[in-house]
Amino acid sequence: MTSSLLVRGGKLIDPVAGREAVVDLLLRDGRVAEVGPKLSAEKAEVFDAAGLLVFPGFIDLHAHLREPGREYAETIASGLAAAAAGGFTAVCAMPNTDPVNDSRAICEYIVTKARGVAGTHLYPIGAISKGQRGEEMAEFGEMRIAGAVAVSDDGRWLSNGTLLRHAFEHAGLFRMPLIQHAEDPTLSGGAPMHEGGVSTRLGLSGQPAIAEAAAVARDLLVAEVSGGRLHVAHLSTGRALEVVRQARAKGIAVTCEVTPHHLLLTDEEVSRSGFSTNTKMNPPLRERSDLDALIAGLADGSIDAVATDHAPHHEDEKSVDFNSAPFGIVGLETAAALVYDGLVAPGKLTLSRFAKVFSAGPAKAFGLPGGTLSVGSPADITLFDPKRRWKVASASFLSLSRNTPFEGRELTGAPAATIVGGRVIWRRPDE
Amino acid sequence: MVSVSLVTFHSSLVTAFVTPTTLRSKDLLGIEPLSSEEISLILDTAESMRSIGDREVKKVPALRGRMIVNLFFEASTRTRFSFETAQKWLSADSLNFAAKGSSVEKGESLLDTARNLQAMSPDLIVIRHGTPGVPHFLARHLKAGVVNAGDGAHEHPTQALLDALTIRRHFGRLAGLRVAIVGDIAHSRVVRSNIWLLTKMNASVIVCGPPTLLPPRMTEMGVAATTDFDEALTGADVVMMLRVQLERQETSRFPSSREYFKRYGLTTARLARARPEAVVMHPGPMNRGVEIASDVADSPRSLILEQVSNGVAIRMAVLYLLLTGKTWEGEA
Repeated sequence: MTSSLLVRGGKLIDPVAGREAVVDLLLRDGRVAEVGPKLSAEKAEVFDAAGLLVFPGFIDLHAHLREPGREYAETIASGLAAAAAGGFTAVCAMPNTDPVNDSRAICEYIVTKARGVAGTHLYPIGAISKGQRGEEMAEFGEMRIAGAVAVSDDGRWLSNGTLLRHAFEHAGLFRMPLIQHAEDPTLSGGAPMHEGGVSTRLGLSGQPAIAEAAAVARDLLVAEVSGGRLHVAHLSTGRALEVVRQARAKGIAVTCEVTPHHLLLTDEEVSRSGFSTNTKMNPPLRERSDLDALIAGLADGSIDAVATDHAPHHEDEKSVDFNSAPFGIVGLETAAALVYDGLVAPGKLTLSRFAKVFSAGPAKAFGLPGGTLSVGSPADITLFDPKRRWKVASASFLSLSRNTPFEGRELTGAPAATIVGGRVIWRRPDE
Repeated sequence: MVSVSLVTFHSSLVTAFVTPTTLRSKDLLGIEPLSSEEISLILDTAESMRSIGDREVKKVPALRGRMIVNLFFEASTRTRFSFETAQKWLSADSLNFAAKGSSVEKGESLLDTARNLQAMSPDLIVIRHGTPGVPHFLARHLKAGVVNAGDGAHEHPTQALLDALTIRRHFGRLAGLRVAIVGDIAHSRVVRSNIWLLTKMNASVIVCGPPTLLPPRMTEMGVAATTDFDEALTGADVVMMLRVQLERQETSRFPSSREYFKRYGLTTARLARARPEAVVMHPGPMNRGVEIASDVADSPRSLILEQVSNGVAIRMAVLYLLLTGKTWEGEA
């Protein structure tokens, strides 16, 4: 095959290759063939990227695509379409499906479904324990063969210390990181929001910040003794970030991610929205000091990745009282734009860090292809229009679910097109 | 709707020195959103409606033809009776829907509940629910007005209003009084509504309870907080005791009623720390011998039964103001 695409005139932001300049990229056979100014390729199709930012493809380390089991909320096809529309060229799918993804067969089912979509790459995350029950280890090696890139019991923090130690050791055989949702349930009480001034005012029970920090600390101590690689999912508190920094300084192998909503919204949003269940997610929205710490951590490199924790729920499931509502919000179609508008535009995050936390950071954390656009790299590219002004309207989401707390928010900057394997898989419809 | 245009008309004329003649919202979701003028309006209206209960025929036609649904997802005796009495005295039609144990108790989407209610075209919904924010949800989805009769540990606005009426009738004012609220602060909707109301009316509030029942950062609500009962009592004009339900605590918060009473139970000896003219209140139902000794509850300094009487007047005032958008001029 000689299909080739020339991405012309965009500003390439590739911190790994040390490039931040207007250049052309010639893509051939799914790889980057040439990078340079004013490339000519007579037979190539041309994508005019003038005025756009060109990033190594964005990778989401944390999404819930709901298939198999809850196809009314999301399917692999709709989730990957939403991912493409959000500028993501790859997505890692959490195992809390029904049945739980704890086996090679289910990994293969998911991978096969994704292959049929032929769009954004999907990497499955396998369960640590069978049925996510926290009792018996799942077959990491078999799941690895089927394409799993990491293991996690997702929303259920693996509290059994010995099992965690063994899981770290076993995952090491297959070079897979272990992801923990850090929440000590005996401290959090499963409360629907963050414990602070707002929960006190609203009379809702709250999860104290230390429920996260204590879990992270325990996980890191076990990682240290077992030589395991820990990835902390959706870090949400300044206190837990401090613990991660200390561990990293000691040489413990740890990476972590943060979501756009934990960077941009505080617990006041629960009150301001009049108890909207779209402000209920786990970990909960924290407070200003946490946001400031997380933004600083993202900027200084302490936090490796922005991840969406895309958690689709049907409107019926969310149209219940705050305590009964399920945790979670959708995020694939808003994540990059929210972080650009909220942090890059006001100067809190450089373009280079933005590129890193959406691409090279996540790629490195899970050992995935991509993260840079040098010659020979996968031709996975996110094109981003930094000037576009738009308003979040969930009705136009490609995701099957609409549960966003950002409805109506006006943003500057939006994904313009998504290229996977040298092929344009999504393009903003009106451009 | 006529009432909507009246509201707009009046709010444009109201100055800081004139008591408004209507409430701004179709709903009473809490005290937090109310202005001090609106609070005064409700208290003044209730004051002049109290006499309805003294008549031989306890009924005025003020709300004839209006339909009110009492939707109680949580058990309630006195609040529900109080609302029902107010509805009967004002000649409203009411439907009681005890959702406890019914199909809507669990599982049914609140949106469906709201739509089903709307289909019956009620004028007002009085709702109690165990989770904060449910009245707010209904208010967003219903044309009818919504009165919060208690949402979890969040607010119970008519309770705070009846407490305020009781205090104001006794002292002739609210401003400048020192009110101590003592007990299970963490799980109390009464305390939150009272804090909003009393601070808006320039009374000072100190909340007190054992550390396990005193949530963090209470002082951000504009009150003092202490675990020392004697400190809370010192200089208090009003001592408001809250019901403590040790048996219903989800985790170990306090070991026993005996230990609680010794430390936080209100006795005659303890009450001596408050001002000599201090009064005692309790939203009920009381646990005698747990948070309050019987001789205090039944003493002349107790306003507990007066609170209950004032509850009907407050609920009449709230229903009337929300449903008519007019000032109560007194009706035969």
